[in-house]
Amino acid sequence: MSAPARPTARRIPLKWLVPTLYILFLMLPIYWLINMSFKTTNEILGGFSPYPKNFTVDSYVEILTNPAWYMGYVNSMIYVVLNTVISVTVALPAAYAFSRYRFMGDKHLFFWLLTNRMAPPAVFVLPFVELYSSMGLFDTYWAVALAHCLFNIPLAVWILEGFMSGVPKEIDETAYIDGYSFPKFFVKIFMPLIASGIGVTAFFCFMFSWVEMLLAKNLTTVAAKPIAAVMTRTASTSGYELGLLAAAGVLTIIPGAIVIYFVRNYIAKGFALGRV
Amino acid sequence: MTKTENNRAWFLVLPVLLLVAMNAILPLMTVVNYSLQESFIAGFWDWVGTRHYQDVLASERFHAALIRQFAFTFIILIIEVPLGVAVALAMPKKGAWASLCLVLMALPLLIPWNVVGAIWNIFALPEIGLLGWGLNALGFDYNYTNQPISAWITVILMDVWHWTSLVVLLAYAGLQSIDEAYYRAAKIDGASRWAVFRYIQLPKMKTVLIIAFLLRFIDSFMIYTEPFVLTGGGPGNATTFLSIDLVKAAVGEFNLGIAAAMSIIYFLMTLLVCWLFFTLMTKDKEGQA
Repeated sequence: MSAPARPTARRIPLKWLVPTLYILFLMLPIYWLINMSFKTTNEILGGFSPYPKNFTVDSYVEILTNPAWYMGYVNSMIYVVLNTVISVTVALPAAYAFSRYRFMGDKHLFFWLLTNRMAPPAVFVLPFVELYSSMGLFDTYWAVALAHCLFNIPLAVWILEGFMSGVPKEIDETAYIDGYSFPKFFVKIFMPLIASGIGVTAFFCFMFSWVEMLLAKNLTTVAAKPIAAVMTRTASTSGYELGLLAAAGVLTIIPGAIVIYFVRNYIAKGFALGRV
Repeated sequence: MTKTENNRAWFLVLPVLLLVAMNAILPLMTVVNYSLQESFIAGFWDWVGTRHYQDVLASERFHAALIRQFAFTFIILIIEVPLGVAVALAMPKKGAWASLCLVLMALPLLIPWNVVGAIWNIFALPEIGLLGWGLNALGFDYNYTNQPISAWITVILMDVWHWTSLVVLLAYAGLQSIDEAYYRAAKIDGASRWAVFRYIQLPKMKTVLIIAFLLRFIDSFMIYTEPFVLTGGGPGNATTFLSIDLVKAAVGEFNLGIAAAMSIIYFLMTLLVCWLFFTLMTKDKEGQA
């Protein structure tokens, strides 16, 4: 950004101020959560304090040793990974079809897919519970993983289509002339070419399945209960366990932070859905 | 790219079609079913035609939720889009600092939505939360649990905190695609900072900004978990948006017919907006080709 304007020495520090203040604003609530997670319940209820005076890791110990708590994380992870694998696998051939071929009703189909990314989950809660109960899948990982396909598959198709359209068609044609069959070409040549696109797509599926809670919570009761539901129960039954709640919250941020770190160089392009 | 006509491509799309149809069409038909019938005794249904729809469209409660919903979406859009663009413009362009900014900014996007609500709940508590305590210490009378205005401010701040980064990342991606040569040419011509923004940066960001606008509109229109955890739709009904109202009617009051009719109306509204944006976007794409 230094080239366009006529930057003077006075203006450069000001430019830094905007992102710095913005990041400060983002970090403050997270700092407060971390701060709470290291306090004892007495200190929390005792009043305002900007940092933990009686530093304790009791909340974390409780979560990591009590199966009622840590199984919530395990359950969430399982359905999120299941969903990511399903979404990316079925979206790959579909995105290829949309990016390479014209076929009957292609535009309508594409639009219909997108409308599902935009369907409010609240509309679908009750019918989903009925549907998955009748299929005998209620309270299993599969119910949540399949339900999240509603918005993740359209998104995956959309992002992948963007990345695939960036690959010149001559590559396909040359491969076919060289005698490659479609499946062999797709796996051996095409997929490595869009590897970063597949990575970004997986990231987005992971992200939206990980953060969605309305469907995940309502499609499970005991066996596949996500961490969110465990947290809600704690908030309501055992009074005001703020320290535990905060520690559980901190632990839900960590997987996301790790995943972001790995895709940091592709994230901007991925957010633009491969269309920049 | 020219595409080949090939109807066998349907086979490639089939798995997606089946999975999404199972999740979208079956439940939607269930909702349509409910919306046209009335159940007085469990298991017995009476056909009532469009009566639920008429009831919903005439109910003040629905109007109020709808107005709150539009107000909320409007406010967060006019804050988040300009703020996101401003941050993206001021961000370092590449290097370690840019990576660090991206990682830190993306963090709120990956926090489960109920945790976002919980974070702000704790952050804004009047006695022990940094925000609540701070505002009260500065002499403001702030308590989001019993003042509608405070609740609104908190919900909006929370959404800005949660989603502005999405706009930043999109705008940043758009800016990245601008060739350095444009800036050099502008410099030679002695273009002002505003001219560079208006004639080079803004046109390049147009597509991504449409995507940002669309995603923020749709997602804020279906917002549920975060305000539900933060305020529970209260105080009173002050922050009861469409989704919260819908779940209240369906799960809380078990008013299935009304809830289903609401769902359909709600879904049609989203669909209309979606179609408008989609037309805009594809037009834009064709214009570039």
